[in-house]
Amino acid sequence: MPSSGRLFLLIGSVAALWGCAGEIPKEALQLTSESLAARQMQTRRFDSSDEQALLAAGGAVLQDLGFILKTSEPGLGILVADKDRSAVEAKQVVPAIVFSIVLSALVGQGVEIPWDDRQKISSTLVTHPSGAGDSATFVRVTFRRIVWTNRNAVSKMELLDEPRFYEEFFQRLSKSVFLEAQQLP
Amino acid sequence: MKTHGAVLILSTVVLLAGCASSRDQLLASSKSQVALRSIQSRAFDTTDRERALRTVVATLQDLGFLIEQASLPLGSVTGSKQGKISGFYTLRMTVSVQPRGATQLLVRANAQYNIQEVVEPEPYQQFFAAFSRAMFLDAQQID
Repeated sequence: MPSSGRLFLLIGSVAALWGCAGEIPKEALQLTSESLAARQMQTRRFDSSDEQALLAAGGAVLQDLGFILKTSEPGLGILVADKDRSAVEAKQVVPAIVFSIVLSALVGQGVEIPWDDRQKISSTLVTHPSGAGDSATFVRVTFRRIVWTNRNAVSKMELLDEPRFYEEFFQRLSKSVFLEAQQLP
Repeated sequence: MKTHGAVLILSTVVLLAGCASSRDQLLASSKSQVALRSIQSRAFDTTDRERALRTVVATLQDLGFLIEQASLPLGSVTGSKQGKISGFYTLRMTVSVQPRGATQLLVRANAQYNIQEVVEPEPYQQFFAAFSRAMFLDAQQID
């Protein structure tokens, strides 16, 4: 390596150690219009003031879905659960293997394109009395996942934001408490 | 050029050696305790601790956090939020609610961004703005 190249490398590594890992993004703690849309998608209103029964029923639905309960605080209406599952998708693995073989042949040495291997799906369930004197309770559920590749690197950290997940969850919950889950206005 | 390189390497080593051991991170804080506490805390004119804690939970959820842990007796809520900006980031936050005198509650938040303490005032201002709107109460700066 020419000495100027080495110099750049040195300066670069010193700068990397000196600088911070990046500042917190400005919008990280800002309410947006998406926050409201997410709240609507994740929340339903039940005509019941029995918060504990709703929380327990929510826990049972999470168990039905294979979640493992991590922590709970009934005094605040909170359940936290997660589950570890496979994240392997054939439509991702097959091209990855094919490209790895082609690239390896081109480069002349082993190249491996990683694919998604496993995931942790986390969930929080929160119940909240409506407080408007109408004996209703709000239930909000949130799902999120982290995906790791077969090389153990994080490939995805994302909110599971398809409405169908929430619709299905609340359908199951309303069946188990014999109450209709009402969409927020 | 060779000697220049050697000097550069040597000075880098010396500079880095001057840094504290990573074990000292245990008790390290990047700002004075008083300054940090005032950035991270607000007082509210209410004594309804449960309502305040439930509002903390709702505010964190609205801000995209997943609640990880909460305790009514201890008056604390912890949540984390993940996002992507060039790389993945994890923002974690603990919010505690304690009585302050006979008529007020003290709400304190502390946040961690990836492997750094959040010491800038703005993120906390944003959190308290969202929280006080949901509480219908003004956030009062403490001394």
